[in-house]
Amino acid sequence: MEVNILVKPMNSEEIISVLPYQTPFLFVDELSTITEDGITGSYTYNVNEYFYKGHFKEHPITPGVILTETMAQIGVVCLGIYLSRNKEKLNRNPQVALTSSAVDFYVPVYPGERVTVISEKEYFRFNKLKCKVQLFNAQDQLVCRGFISGMINEK
Amino acid sequence: MNNEQLIVALKKIVKPYIQDDAAFESLSEDTDFVNDLKINSANLVDVILDVEDEFDIEIDNDSMEQMLSVKAAMDIITSKLNEK
Repeated sequence: MEVNILVKPMNSEEIISVLPYQTPFLFVDELSTITEDGITGSYTYNVNEYFYKGHFKEHPITPGVILTETMAQIGVVCLGIYLSRNKEKLNRNPQVALTSSAVDFYVPVYPGERVTVISEKEYFRFNKLKCKVQLFNAQDQLVCRGFISGMINEK
Repeated sequence: MNNEQLIVALKKIVKPYIQDDAAFESLSEDTDFVNDLKINSANLVDVILDVEDEFDIEIDNDSMEQMLSVKAAMDIITSKLNEK
């Protein structure tokens, strides 16, 4: 029989503090809404981010892979940490591995822009978290959207 | 549903997730999802979820962990269908 331990839900700071990323590859500033069904968070791309030097030459635009990474970090990793911590047992260091992403892009994101990621859980079963994720710019325009999945493994 | 129909149904379910075409073509009861078809762990979850939808059954964690081959999947599906 499984023993249920009531665990206090994690807040934004706690989730960000256990993320396995750091500068220059941390793309989460804050998480504004966190529930069992989804998560909303934001990040501002610093004008000095390392990738602007090369993407593109003298014409900096945030790479699609970075936008996808931002969606994955907020929408799947942060939510996955929250959901696995809120499950029946304490899980201090869940590891999340990206397993698939299918993303469509609509408008570019320039250096210094703040973006908001809204992720809705499709399912979280057998350690696999699949989410429908959207990324908006400060003008509330849809920048990109898609489905991103990861496996949440407990250590 | 007999075993032959079950294999046909399973073959259709796993098709989008396989990496080894030759193993897929020669799929039999002895085929292993991971070692033969090279399905990754995340897509194995998709196979299970698709099996649940296709047969209108619910797979629990214990059954999921056993469902690593065509034979094991057939046994679990058959027993879940019999429970209904």
